Amino acid sequence: MKIAVGQGSCGIAAGAMKTYEILNSNLDLNKNQLTVTGCIGMCYLEPIVDVYACDGLHRFVKVNGEIAEKIATAINNNDLTSVKEFEISNDDKQFLDKQTRIALRHCGVINPEIIEDYTNDDGYKALNKVLTTMSPEDVIEEIKVSGLAGRGGAGFPTWFKWNAARQSTGDKKYLICNADEGDPGAFMDRAVIEGDPHNLIEGMLIGAYAIGASEAIVYVRAEYPLAIRRLQNAIDQAMAKGFIGQNIMGTDFSCDFRIKAGAGAFVCGEETALIESLEGSRGMPRLKPPFPAQSGYWHKPSNINNVETFANVSWIILNGGNAFSSMGTENSKGTKVFALTGKIKRGGLVEIPMGKTLRDVIFDIGGGIKNDKNFKAVQMGGPSGGCIPEELLDTVIDYKALSQTGAIMGSGGMVVMDDSTCMVEMARFFLDFTAKESCGKCVHCRLGTKRMLEILTRITEGNGKEDDIELLEELCLAIKDGALCGLGQTAPNPVLTTLKYFKNEYIEHIVDKKCTAHECTSLLRYEINADACKGCTLCAKKCPVGAISGTVKNPHKIDMAQCIKCGNCVSVCRFNAVEVK
Amino acid sequence: MSCNCQNSTDFSLLEPCLEKYATVPGSLITILQNAQDIYGYLPVDVILHISQRTGIKVTKIMGVATFYSQFRLQPVGKYLIMLCQGTACHVNGSLQIEKVINEHLGIKDGETTEDGLFTLKNVACLGCCSLSPVMMINDDTYGSLTPEKAISIFKELQEKAREEE
Ligand SMILES: Cc1cc2nc3c(=O)[nH]c(=O)nc-3n(C[C@H](O)[C@H](O)[C@H](O)COP(=O)(O)O)c2cc1C
Ligand code: SF4
Ligand code: SF4
Ligand code: FES
Ligand code: FES
Repeated sequence: MKIAVGQGSCGIAAGAMKTYEILNSNLDLNKNQLTVTGCIGMCYLEPIVDVYACDGLHRFVKVNGEIAEKIATAINNNDLTSVKEFEISNDDKQFLDKQTRIALRHCGVINPEIIEDYTNDDGYKALNKVLTTMSPEDVIEEIKVSGLAGRGGAGFPTWFKWNAARQSTGDKKYLICNADEGDPGAFMDRAVIEGDPHNLIEGMLIGAYAIGASEAIVYVRAEYPLAIRRLQNAIDQAMAKGFIGQNIMGTDFSCDFRIKAGAGAFVCGEETALIESLEGSRGMPRLKPPFPAQSGYWHKPSNINNVETFANVSWIILNGGNAFSSMGTENSKGTKVFALTGKIKRGGLVEIPMGKTLRDVIFDIGGGIKNDKNFKAVQMGGPSGGCIPEELLDTVIDYKALSQTGAIMGSGGMVVMDDSTCMVEMARFFLDFTAKESCGKCVHCRLGTKRMLEILTRITEGNGKEDDIELLEELCLAIKDGALCGLGQTAPNPVLTTLKYFKNEYIEHIVDKKCTAHECTSLLRYEINADACKGCTLCAKKCPVGAISGTVKNPHKIDMAQCIKCGNCVSVCRFNAVEVK
Repeated sequence: MSCNCQNSTDFSLLEPCLEKYATVPGSLITILQNAQDIYGYLPVDVILHISQRTGIKVTKIMGVATFYSQFRLQPVGKYLIMLCQGTACHVNGSLQIEKVINEHLGIKDGETTEDGLFTLKNVACLGCCSLSPVMMINDDTYGSLTPEKAISIFKELQEKAREEE
């Protein structure tokens, strides 16, 4: 039998290495083959072990060391019935069954460290087709037919960018992949690189051929060491096979390929800042125009696309642009990958055709909210996006429809929030992020985000003023207008959307000095319910500042003037007598 | 350079990297990453040395070193705690974990414990969001953290360090 252990970064964090080692030392390896795959995307069930038996696939989930031993024994005895209880449930199966996988089609299926696994599954066939039967113009036309748009956030038509770079004259052109994946809460690109690096390489080589580039570079963020290692390994293998370098596949197309590791700066996801960083400088965005297609890396024509954009390319070439454009809505074609996280039951990677609704993703596939609490909002597009409320859950996944909500499609981060998340605090969180990450070039962005952060901070601390909302709105518009790059232009979005859909929370904080979500600690009041208190004295002992007084067997009392709102008393009380208001 | 004290930095460790990249335009970040891998941070004399070997002005090197969050100008503890403060981790309680670190280890973001064991660095997303809250200590990732789980991890590492002594 073939046994595969999912080893993406989060599988490993969940203990997949240990699972692998135990299988390795307990399995009869003369009769069985043990291998590794990338992310299956069902992160909430990691570590996952797939067993390919003669009667089909058996998927075991949450396989800790103990279970791994049992599975190994069962496999050695050729009888999987004894471990049936550890197999994935029918409910959890829905998570994958309801998806349509194109960009992720090999993730969790093949071994990302072995090129033959990829070539045996039609890998590098698209590159061969392109190099032997298509002109660069044919390739661009096929991508145009597919309707593929940039998956990095803005959704710009890919063929248009490729065509512009193709038309641009220059002795040397570059093709660059943006794997900076800066949206905190998104990990689609990491999963593609870790799980199917050859697919990225193949898509990039096809892009390089289309625009006439002789060098391809992947800019990967520093926080992804495993992705960098697997990609480098894949590059070496592809080079050994003659898929990278001089006269690729015996044709006169030549292209070099390398990785550049980022060094931790969100703004470097912006394409011109990324170019500055590639050149070894501080990542400060450049004024556009000229666009990278005319003057990019070392001022040569350059084309930059996102990882997921490239991950669709070889599929489109093999299956035809029409097959891709048959999925989706009028102005958004194909599929999109989302990283579903936050207060969600089934968190992981979801790839679905455009045109499904947010509800489909969050409730149908994601299983709804953890601990059956109430859905409050979903954050899309990270620091450039916004929070979408419950009444808009039937919005379809489509670039235009999502923009109309005030959020954006973004790169695919979907952070789900329940009613324990305070929306003012959420806005403060994002402004704290953008204020720190602003490169400092434009005054509006550098100082504007700081001022907004100050206002939001004082609101969450209970010092908000009546006209703060107006002031915030004014600042939002000024920053949008005065910023050079997308970071500043979109920084107000988290504030604008929360103001639009959750204004009552702002007013509550400012006027009533209340945080209904109980997240803003400064606004909380701790009180002991005298009827429920048994006078066990535990809370008084655990209070770090001695704010609780009372005698044994008599109700205790909290002195709010001393209380530092640490929450200890709530967690230690066995009678739920401490109430938070 | 002028300093001849006995524990002066061993520049020869960086030589293979400099040989390869010193004259390749645009390689400054790569060189700094290599240097930090070797020395654990970017000591001033190393920066001066890189400037000398590459011809890049010290001001430019400092500009780059301070722009990117990966670079450190101070040494770090034996265990570098990278605590994720990304959106998913934030929603799932990363601030509580930070509080535990503040209280239990007595360090804030950017600080190192007196015994030189732990340094805390807040980062924005480690890409394991579905296991949030997450932290990475040196090369190991720890997910689904609770305050209790975090404390027991620190205790384990403290014990390990004691045994190694
Ligand atoms: C502040 C900022 C951060 C960005 N971060 C990313 C990123 O992490 N990954 C990405 O692919 N695009 C990012 N973008 C978008 C890129 O500038 C660019 O539009 C994209 O890489 C183009 O590729 P695509 O057409 O395939 O989407 C960012 C833009 C801005 C303004
Ligand atoms: S722990 Fe609860 S019951 Fe015991 S004294 Fe405190 S409030 Fe009363
Ligand atoms: S919240 Fe903390 S400080 Fe306040 S009374 Fe309870 S234990 Fe004491
Ligand atoms: S296990 Fe791979 S993305 Fe989670
Ligand atoms: S938000 Fe913490 S790992 Fe992504």
